Amino acid sequence: MSEASTNNPAHAPKTSLLASDARTKRRETAEKRFRMYGIAAIAVGLFFLIVLAVTIVRSGLPAFTSAVVDIEFTLTEVQFDEAEGTVFKTKAYQGFFNAALAERLQAADFDVAFDEKAIERLLGKTGGTIREFFRANPDKLGEPVSFELPASSRVDGYFKGRVTRDTLVDSRFLQVSDLDIVDAMVDAGVIKTVFNWNFVTGADTGVDNPGGAGIGASVIGSFFMMLVVLVLSLPIGVAASIYLEEFAPQNRFTDLIEVNISNLAAVPSIVFGILGLAVFIQFMHLPQSAPLVGGLVLTLMTLPTIIISTRASLKAVPPSIREAALGVGASKMQTVFHHVLPLAMPGILTGTIIGLAQALGETAPLLLIGMVGFVARGYPDGVVSGFLDPNSAMPAQIYTWAARADAGFYEKAWGGIIILLLFLLAMNILAIILRRRFERRW
Amino acid sequence: MNDMRLLQRTQGMNDIKIQANGVDVFYADNHAIKDVSVEIEDKTVTAFIGPSGCGKSTFLRCLNRMNDTIDICKVTGDILLDGEDIYDPKVDPVQLRAKVGMVFQKPNPFPKSIYDNVAYGPRIHGLAKNKAELDEIIEKSLRRGAIWDEVKDRLKQPGTGLSGGQQQRLCIARAIATEPEVLLMDEPCSALDPIATAQVEELIDELKQNYSVVIVTHSMQQAARVSQKTAFFHLGSLVEYGETGKIFTNPEDSRTESYITGRIG
Ligand SMILES: Nc1ncnc2c1ncn2[C@@H]1O[C@H](COP(=O)(O)OP(=O)(O)O)[C@@H](O)[C@H]1O
Ligand SMILES: [Mg+2]
Repeated sequence: MSEASTNNPAHAPKTSLLASDARTKRRETAEKRFRMYGIAAIAVGLFFLIVLAVTIVRSGLPAFTSAVVDIEFTLTEVQFDEAEGTVFKTKAYQGFFNAALAERLQAADFDVAFDEKAIERLLGKTGGTIREFFRANPDKLGEPVSFELPASSRVDGYFKGRVTRDTLVDSRFLQVSDLDIVDAMVDAGVIKTVFNWNFVTGADTGVDNPGGAGIGASVIGSFFMMLVVLVLSLPIGVAASIYLEEFAPQNRFTDLIEVNISNLAAVPSIVFGILGLAVFIQFMHLPQSAPLVGGLVLTLMTLPTIIISTRASLKAVPPSIREAALGVGASKMQTVFHHVLPLAMPGILTGTIIGLAQALGETAPLLLIGMVGFVARGYPDGVVSGFLDPNSAMPAQIYTWAARADAGFYEKAWGGIIILLLFLLAMNILAIILRRRFERRW
Repeated sequence: MNDMRLLQRTQGMNDIKIQANGVDVFYADNHAIKDVSVEIEDKTVTAFIGPSGCGKSTFLRCLNRMNDTIDICKVTGDILLDGEDIYDPKVDPVQLRAKVGMVFQKPNPFPKSIYDNVAYGPRIHGLAKNKAELDEIIEKSLRRGAIWDEVKDRLKQPGTGLSGGQQQRLCIARAIATEPEVLLMDEPCSALDPIATAQVEELIDELKQNYSVVIVTHSMQQAARVSQKTAFFHLGSLVEYGETGKIFTNPEDSRTESYITGRIG
């Protein structure tokens, strides 16, 4: 009786709700500590994210601008005929241009020795561009025409701080004295920095011309490649998942398939690359470096991701919905296609887009099948050539640039990263929008 | 429970709708239904009662072959619907389920509009030739489901937005829409509040004019209120089957009596 009474709340010592006891205090400290850990982890994550973003933007932005010499230049018809009459035609045009440039600089109190060789180092051979323009537009002869001629990559680097007077060693590419001319051109307002459209739309260049390199061609390569991946992996992946999840009998064999699919998702991408090289190129003799082959390889890589996420979303559809459909006399097939699949759609799409985004950023397998950066030398002529002609893809192009010696390419690699990230961002936003759209929370 | 009323509830003998002979069900090694034979009448409400896990749902799901969807489930014995063996290899379970509708424990409307919920069955079975006919079927079904007045102005709104009781009546209307001959209900009121339960029970009472209704319930009061025939299951066996009035007032088996009086359950 006396023992029972200790359990009786009426006899327990009175505790106030306002004063917390030792147990409560311990629990509260533990909970607070846990919250602090969480906040600290997120803060560290955010810090690195910001560092990453700032680094990428700071290193990559210069790739989007380039120094150009902007000069208004009049070529008379007499000069045109004279130039066309000479043996070294472009040389003649270059002469006219240099004269115009010298005149322009003198008008701005230019007092540095003007040297035609130096101009060639700063601007490259300008005659060709000018001749092409006037041959194409003879009606512009005799009127002032504004030319924007890209400065050489080292001059560009001088503007971006990559090349300084202290670090510059005289070479056939650029000499310290040339920088005086550059400074004078800046004072005269002849040289300026503009948005580098060529970087966005252009193709890769040789190793000695980082200024002209653009990522456009490999964006197209990536596009055709992803088209192959989407067209193959979405239907195959979704069909395989539906079959495995809804129709296949549960037995050893399907268990084995299941385990293998999960394992495939963890296979390093370079293994898929060498498999693609062996099967698609060496055995099936598909063209090397072709986006088609790249797409096939990436399809192999993407399929497990899509299958796993699709199966997960099919599994997540409540069984009560299937029962409801079967209960009113829908067949298994009708149940899946009328009810289960629509409900699983947001998950399937998200998984697919994540799979595609992974494929878009994949480099290693592409290098193995020859989609290296330097093959992206121009735009394909059409759709077929888009699939079959040698091309690169964005990440492989970036890798190629980063591996090149010239510091100008380093900047291009960062710029390429920005473009790649923009595409990935766009895909993720698309995934979110599709998810919202298909997700009907009723 | 009003015993007098139960006793007075006499039945004119109805036709046999479903006849089960020596049915056994196995979930892998688990012998869930043991040699059950039962005759279910047309235009009658038959209640399956018994303690949890005794196999009421399992047996009910045999009647429209819903157990086919469970891989490990094996059914032996004969179940005849209007004299035809529903487990005959020539029978398409899908066709069977159109004839033997089912309402589940938890209301499970499709995440679609009220209209589409009811229209789904008629659509896949091609019961309506045009929109007007379909509209007619839907109105009729919702009326029979005793929910028409509540939803007639919001047919385009999601069925999942209704209250639990309304959802269950919508599910009943959905089952009715395919014009079944038998309606199976697995604890249709267990997720509902008393008022919704009363509405559904009233509905079941009306449904028996047209259908053979089989209802699983764990509430003996409910069985007593809505059914004319009651089957008591225990540990996978059918212990006793007969007039509801008799089962509740004068059971023959001692286990039935113990369950009814609350000693097992
Ligand atoms: N899907 C299933 N898989 C395996 N065993 C099941 C399954 N459904 C029910 N059972 C088993 O069958 C027996 C009867 O269950 P059930 O018919 O659900 O009983 P009740 O509806 O009377 O509560 C139980 O022992 C249960 O464990
Ligand atoms: Mg049950």
